[in-house]
Amino acid sequence: MNSEILGVLVTLVLMIVLSYPLGKYISKVLKGEKVWTDFLYPVENFIYKISGIDPDKEMDWKENMKALLKLNVFFFIWAFVIFLIQDKIPFWNPAGIGPMEPTLAFNTAVSFISNTNIQHYSGETGLSYFSQLLVVCYMQFVSAATGIAALALIFKGLSQRKAKDLGNFYSLWLKSNTRILLPLAIVIAVILLLNGTPATFKGPQTIKTLQGDTVTVALGPAAPVVAIKQIGTNGGGFFGPNSAHPFENPNYITNIVECWGILAIPMALVFAFGFYLNKKRLGIMIFAVMAIVYLSFTALAIKFEVDGNPLIKKMGIEQTTGSMEGKEVRFGPAASAFWASSTTVTSNGSSNSNHDSQTPLAGGIDIMNMMINSIFGGVGVGFINFFMFLIIAVFIAGLMVGRTPEFLGKKIEAKEVKIAALIILLHPFLILVSTAISAYIASHNPNIGWLTNPSYHGFSEMLYEFTSASANNGSEFTGLNANVPFWNIMDGVIMLIGRFLPIIGPVAIAGSLAEKKYIPESEGTLRLDGYAFGIVLLAVIIVISALSFFPALAVGPIAEHFSIL
Amino acid sequence: MKRKRNIKLFEPALVKQAITQSFVKLNPSYMIKNPVMFTVEIGTAIMVAVTIIGANNPANGGTGFVYNLTITILLFLTILFANFAEAIAEERGKAQAESLRKTREETPAKKLKDDGSIEIVSSSSLRKGDKYIAEAGDLIPADGEIIEGLASIDESAITGESAPVIREAGTDKSGVVGGTKVLSDKITVEVSADPGETFLDKMIALVEGANRQKTPNEIALSILLAGFTLVFLLVVVTLEPFGKYAGTTISVAFLISLFVCLIPTTIGGLLSAIGIAGMDRALRANVIAKSGKAVETAGDIDVVLLDKTGTITIGNRKATNFFPVNGYSKEEFIRGTVLSSLADHTPEGKSIIELAEKILPSIFPVNVENAEFINFSAETRMSGVNLQDGTEIRKGAWDSIRKWTSNGDHVAEEINSRVLEIAGSGGTPLAVGINKKAIGVVQLEDIIKPGIQERFKRLHKMGVKTVMVTGDNPVTAKFIAMQAGVDDFIAEAKPVDKMNYIIREQKEGKLVAMMGDGTNDAPALAQADVGVAMNSGTQAAKEAANMVDLDNDPTKLLEVIEIGKQLLITRGNVTTFSIVNDVAKYFAIVPALFMVTIPGLNALNIMKLANPESAILSAVIFNALIILALIPIALRGVKYRPIGATGILIRNLWIYGMGGLIIPFIGIKAIDMIVSLFLK
Repeated sequence: MNSEILGVLVTLVLMIVLSYPLGKYISKVLKGEKVWTDFLYPVENFIYKISGIDPDKEMDWKENMKALLKLNVFFFIWAFVIFLIQDKIPFWNPAGIGPMEPTLAFNTAVSFISNTNIQHYSGETGLSYFSQLLVVCYMQFVSAATGIAALALIFKGLSQRKAKDLGNFYSLWLKSNTRILLPLAIVIAVILLLNGTPATFKGPQTIKTLQGDTVTVALGPAAPVVAIKQIGTNGGGFFGPNSAHPFENPNYITNIVECWGILAIPMALVFAFGFYLNKKRLGIMIFAVMAIVYLSFTALAIKFEVDGNPLIKKMGIEQTTGSMEGKEVRFGPAASAFWASSTTVTSNGSSNSNHDSQTPLAGGIDIMNMMINSIFGGVGVGFINFFMFLIIAVFIAGLMVGRTPEFLGKKIEAKEVKIAALIILLHPFLILVSTAISAYIASHNPNIGWLTNPSYHGFSEMLYEFTSASANNGSEFTGLNANVPFWNIMDGVIMLIGRFLPIIGPVAIAGSLAEKKYIPESEGTLRLDGYAFGIVLLAVIIVISALSFFPALAVGPIAEHFSIL
Repeated sequence: MKRKRNIKLFEPALVKQAITQSFVKLNPSYMIKNPVMFTVEIGTAIMVAVTIIGANNPANGGTGFVYNLTITILLFLTILFANFAEAIAEERGKAQAESLRKTREETPAKKLKDDGSIEIVSSSSLRKGDKYIAEAGDLIPADGEIIEGLASIDESAITGESAPVIREAGTDKSGVVGGTKVLSDKITVEVSADPGETFLDKMIALVEGANRQKTPNEIALSILLAGFTLVFLLVVVTLEPFGKYAGTTISVAFLISLFVCLIPTTIGGLLSAIGIAGMDRALRANVIAKSGKAVETAGDIDVVLLDKTGTITIGNRKATNFFPVNGYSKEEFIRGTVLSSLADHTPEGKSIIELAEKILPSIFPVNVENAEFINFSAETRMSGVNLQDGTEIRKGAWDSIRKWTSNGDHVAEEINSRVLEIAGSGGTPLAVGINKKAIGVVQLEDIIKPGIQERFKRLHKMGVKTVMVTGDNPVTAKFIAMQAGVDDFIAEAKPVDKMNYIIREQKEGKLVAMMGDGTNDAPALAQADVGVAMNSGTQAAKEAANMVDLDNDPTKLLEVIEIGKQLLITRGNVTTFSIVNDVAKYFAIVPALFMVTIPGLNALNIMKLANPESAILSAVIFNALIILALIPIALRGVKYRPIGATGILIRNLWIYGMGGLIIPFIGIKAIDMIVSLFLK
């Protein structure tokens, strides 16, 4: 057991230590300063040229958002059409996979452009290699880059002294792909390859086991897909069981690397904020606030899993290995709970165990992580969500000290508060209303067949699904039979709204702040990089999230927990 | 003697008025202005329906008639308490305004007609631009500006200050205020505003709440509160199907109770009371603000421009030392100086005589028979006397006297060094010469007001930069600035310098406040983010400013800044308190809702409340009472302490954050212990 905890600690240290220099590097890339990847310039230039884009054109927030939406509409059409006609493409489909059902194709296309990667299909049987590479793998790059570029627009907006220009989305997006995601993905893919993850265009192989029966083993170009799904907070696995599958995540070493990959960029972006705006202390303070939430929730989740299932304990059976239900023996409960918490604080959604089988409160922590959705969070968008809480915290703290609230020298006024309040409101709206609808339907149609578990856990499954969709996470409580039109469409719509409004709103705030007059700090200004404001920030995040979701959690995981004690 | 302006917090007469108003304000078309409390009103209306319908249908939601009725009444009380908070703030403001309005009762006015004849009319018939005459013993009938004459006026009705003041046409102190009394002389005044439109009238309207417009920060906060209300609406509406799924039917009474407890009724109910009380505090400090926004802006001020004279130093310079030179004896020098000052009625001239009387009384009386006094002229920049025997005595700044005298270089050097010494220590040197020979230097000094250093320290801690504006030369200015502890100074200031300084600071994004009275201050007053004009100032200055100080107290700016800060702090902390309260309410209500169907959730009932009905009732009662309990804080305002922003934040986090977390746990438990006695 101790060595398991040690494994978790090693991974944590790796994450935090590496995120600092990575943050510095990302800040330089986004600022357009000199970096070692400058040799890619000709490649990028070639792409600008053939797509007729002027990468230096200054754009205001509206133009940038138009660019973002245009690009994403194109991605959606591309993904949707390929899924529908994947059987017609004459190559890269050795297993002869058929076309996707339309509502599933809609759900999956939205899922991948929105960086959610909810998968109501299983990779082995649902996608051709063409779809795997040119949709699944490709989208996991470009959707992650969309998030980073959107955040870069906000950084730029916050650094402006009185101008409309937020930078150029196209160029930020391309650079995020070529200079941030690609190099990291290559490193991880190579490590995975060396440890046995396949990368081949060969179709499924049939082998004879020692017992004499034949087994079909799915193969394919898995290594690149797995690499980007980890590093881009995507989570869309190559195989159905995701990183619990021995080909996606062969051993403890790959598990550490993949788990590091989940938080590498989200953590680095917090430091990048500090470097970009030359507010290193503020960056560190925000990192600390996030780390407090992340570490305490993760520690709790690990404790619940390591303690084991109370029902088994009641039977008098010793659980020295902790709760092993739904877990891989090569990872054990600590690394599994650690992964589950990591993949839900970020909007990654990959998994190395079955989240549905966790003890109730560990599962509840997963849901809570996604409800907060701004502790490190998805690449780019996590910090963008956090930015909304920052605005509210600055506003409240400003009033508490008797000064019109200001953030980095810009006044926070009615307009900013309005947008931030609406965006923060959106997440509970999407989750609570959709869960209420599904709970209503489920309680009136007991035989609808959605839920494989009755009672509180069934409720948690529905709550998890919509929370995951709204948070663009993508992990699931798999006990829910979600591949039916109701869930495909509901999820799809929620993912779309939950993706784009929380990008547009904050960028609009950044646009508004960029145009405001800069007010230098005085002794009356509240220092944001001190612990006092950190407490306000922490309280705002916890209190708003807890107040919005406490009743829902009480009916789901909390009720389940107390009923099995 | 300051007029007593402290009305008790809950003066019985005002409370009675306020209670009546609380009911009047129930009108939905009025309530809708306050979205948080409006939703409570809707909830109450639903509960009324549920109570009536449920009377015939005991199965309705599981709660009985009496219980539903109790909840309905409690919700109704919640609204009334909020309305009462606003009403009592208004009533106090009105009472405050009333005491000022008393000064504007009908008085006869001696209206000056175009043909020069005088007609006695009522003060209320005077219009802007009319002229009237006021003589010793008259009450000033309307605000205006003296266009002819000079008078001593008793302004104690407005300022509470009993010492008479001089108001004179063509000076920076030419403004007169209705209700004050002319003590001597006769003045002609031009009326500056129609009745009902003077600053005072406008301020009274603001305090009374009728014309109160929400300030920018208040609007932003209202939006945030509306956001919270929407979240909790979602939470409560979706809880019904969640409960159904878990096999629990939650009654309407419970759902509405949960909703009302969760939405920020505490701050929602007190928000406008806090705003009105802020204006009221300004008025109490004898400051008339033209808008609530101006008061709020005052709290954000970064830079304050203060005139040296009257603000930092007491009135005028005084003679403090005589320095004879060139071998003249002290007696000869003092005698000469006194002779030259006898006809000098400036405060400096008088102070020379006073000092001489103290040091060398033996020279008095002096003989000035047939002497010819020379007044100060801009050309020679000297004043003095030509005695009967032909002796010419002159005094003035050293550079003027130097031109007039013809001493040798060694004398000039002696005087030079003396002059530099005096100037370097903050004094003003005044040279004196007899028959074109310099005889010595008089030291004039500024006296810094006692206690002013502490005030500047306080401002410094608030993060406000203080700037002294003076006509003195840079050396003197620097010395006084250092002594008083101001951060910066503008020496040899011309009106345009003030203006430029303000614009420069504003370009850097800072908010600037200044006080002024003269017409040539008007542009700077208008340019400043907060401009406070003295009531005695010219009409132009008062028009340009966004506040008027009735006391004509140049240090009033500091008070105004604190009032502004207090306004925001009170709002911020009551908001924090209100939101954090919800944690305890959840722990009271959520287990109560599911206690029967999900017994496990009783583990969340950490307050060990007796039963579901009692738990919910207790939370509702607490929610209503806390509004009442916080009214004094809303009216008085949370005290501002200059301990730096971080210090204030930590302090208030403890009091209102921690307090807001813990108090409801104790309060709800205590109420439950009583309520459960009745709900067995």
